[in-house]
Amino acid sequence: MNHESCRTLLEGLSLFAEGEAPPELCAEIERHMAGCDNCRIVVDTLRRTIDLYHRLPQPAMPEEAREKLYKSLDLTDLMKKEG
Amino acid sequence: MERIRAGDKNACAECIEIHSPGIYRLALRLMRHEAEAEEVVQETFLSAFKGIDRFDGRSDLRTWLFRIAYNAAMMRLRRARPEEVSVEEAAEPEEGALVPRALFAWKDLPEEELEKAEVREELERAIRDLPEKLRAVFVMRELENIPTDGTASALGISEDVVKTRLHRARLWLRERLAAYFASPADGAGGGR
Repeated sequence: MNHESCRTLLEGLSLFAEGEAPPELCAEIERHMAGCDNCRIVVDTLRRTIDLYHRLPQPAMPEEAREKLYKSLDLTDLMKKEG
Repeated sequence: MERIRAGDKNACAECIEIHSPGIYRLALRLMRHEAEAEEVVQETFLSAFKGIDRFDGRSDLRTWLFRIAYNAAMMRLRRARPEEVSVEEAAEPEEGALVPRALFAWKDLPEEELEKAEVREELERAIRDLPEKLRAVFVMRELENIPTDGTASALGISEDVVKTRLHRARLWLRERLAAYFASPADGAGGGR
């Protein structure tokens, strides 16, 4: 990422990695990547970063925390039991 | 909404069932500790039900609840660590691109890789280490899938700032995870 053109395109890489860059920007980034190994690596690993987080299982709220929440709101009698 | 306004407890319970998991995840990732996250969740729903008349319907209910949770979390963080979450930091300019330095390929990650607790923990740790302003945007946009306009409204920033921070958060995380996921051929890591 030492070239001026790499830095110029950097701001557009998120959109490109998500496939949401406008066609002109896509074409420009693709042209640039054809001759720039570093940018190819950044785009590939940026895509993988985004993909990993989209697939990351989400932490669940502990049952005990749910109970405390209902209790704090005086709604314990309406709490549905998990499972 | 009208039922919550009228004090219908069943409606409040429905609201909790639908929205508390997302509010909890946001709070956990902002506060970094379960006990504090739980308190933020309680504070969020207490304040939302008490102040439901202030909900003007311009954003959706989920976005409004996220805004309350975010503000509650920030208040707590400022009280606990004023030197870390100062007004000056909040006013910090947005410019300053994050220039990638980790320029090596990652190893192939099999589909089942995410089933490993160690990998999931590494990804969660990286979120916790994200600079705070980037973290709030990343959690809302990328993990909770709140649209750009909703995230902007919840955080009190412009949509352009949301887009910039999301991009910077992704670059920051890519950099942070690079050593962990580096291809063994690069000798830069590949798990700990």
